Amino acid sequence: MNGYSSRKLHSLLGVIPLGLFFIEHALTNFGAFEGGPERFNAGVKLLNDLPLIYVLEWVLIYLPLLYHGIFGLYIAYQAKPNNGRFQYSRNWRYLFQRITGVITFVYIVWHLYETRIQVMLGNVTHEELGGVMHNIMTQPGLFVLYLIGVVSASFHFANGLWSFLVSWGITVGPRAQRVSSYVCMTLFVVVALLFVLSMVAFRRAEFQEATVLLDTVKSVFS
Amino acid sequence: MAEQTASTKTVKFIITRQDSPDAAAYVEEFELPYRPGMNVISALMEIQRNPKNAKGEKVAPVCWESNCLEEVCGACSMVINGKPRQACAALIDKLEQPIRVQPMRTFPVVRDLIIDRSRMFNALKRVKAWIPIDGTYDLGPGPRMPEKKRQWAYELSKCMTCGVCLEACPNVNDKTDFIGPAAISQVRLFNAHPTGEMNADERLDALMDDGGIEGCGNSQNCVRSCPKGIPLTTSIAEINKQTTKHLFKKWLSV
Repeated sequence: MNGYSSRKLHSLLGVIPLGLFFIEHALTNFGAFEGGPERFNAGVKLLNDLPLIYVLEWVLIYLPLLYHGIFGLYIAYQAKPNNGRFQYSRNWRYLFQRITGVITFVYIVWHLYETRIQVMLGNVTHEELGGVMHNIMTQPGLFVLYLIGVVSASFHFANGLWSFLVSWGITVGPRAQRVSSYVCMTLFVVVALLFVLSMVAFRRAEFQEATVLLDTVKSVFS
Repeated sequence: MAEQTASTKTVKFIITRQDSPDAAAYVEEFELPYRPGMNVISALMEIQRNPKNAKGEKVAPVCWESNCLEEVCGACSMVINGKPRQACAALIDKLEQPIRVQPMRTFPVVRDLIIDRSRMFNALKRVKAWIPIDGTYDLGPGPRMPEKKRQWAYELSKCMTCGVCLEACPNVNDKTDFIGPAAISQVRLFNAHPTGEMNADERLDALMDDGGIEGCGNSQNCVRSCPKGIPLTTSIAEINKQTTKHLFKKWLSV
């Protein structure tokens, strides 16, 4: 695979499936804000009840994530930012796209370790994830780290969508690119808000359950 | 009169110099008498006439490249007060002092402000930025170009291969082999031409090879820096569209 195809694949995977899954994740989480633990758990159950869930997880999430993440690190390494000389908003977004990409990758690995991998290891069940999140969100330090993680991920997703539209030749002229900038930056704010509101929701007492298992998780991190 | 008041005024330059391609760069200051309407090239000519640095020491005159002196040849590109641009069009009256002049380091420096832009001409060869019209017999006139298309294509034809867009691009550096915005825009120009269009696929194939159009990171500094106001990012997006179509056409036809 030459440079063109590999970069094109990187761009595609960022939107399909990763971008779509990201939106789905934001909505499932927002269920916690809208309807508390029942609504959140219903969302988690809905996903986990999909047929071929392990295949779907690997094909639609893990493999694209690994490719997009590792190739993305290489793209970030290749950049030679010149924002001191060229302080244009597009150039800042070029730089932030790379910085938030690296932050997002590290954050996702950490987040997966705390949630999905703990489920895989048998330390928690899917139904107890709300409690796991409650435990994380009530610790101010971890809350701030999560905040940085979700805001970075939301920016990377929304700005990446803007670049995707340019890289595939969908938004060609300056007006089209300007309008898609407004749309994508609005999307950034909306998605970031969905995640932050759900993070706030997880702090509610109603998510404090299965304390025994939470202690197990705590012991993992301490 | 104006000349008398101007005679006491001076212009201060801080120039990044380099004696040979492998030598280390160093900075030298110059102070020149101000003359109305002077630009960076006329200042460099003044240094050439009287090669003395700000300390009054006699030094080798600063080397630079220039031809047309009206911003159409692309030879006198250099970094002036942090921005890559044509020195002939950089009026002293509009520059903040001291004026810092550096070579465009994205390219190999030959000496002082002279750089080697060979990579740009090689890029034009690579993407076949020309229209083949030669035959063993007279091929006759080609198809006509619609006037509306000619008007925007003319804007693209203003490219003078000056290298400013490559200097402004954060993705043109020693860690990548990105061809740069200029050659991509030329592919759009020649693919728009009714006769040039007959070889459109060859040019797209060249840009879909390593170091081709995929190197663009959408910082869009190029379009903000181009001295000719060429819509480079529109060209890049348009070629993104053409290469995407070409990609699917290739996949689905074999």
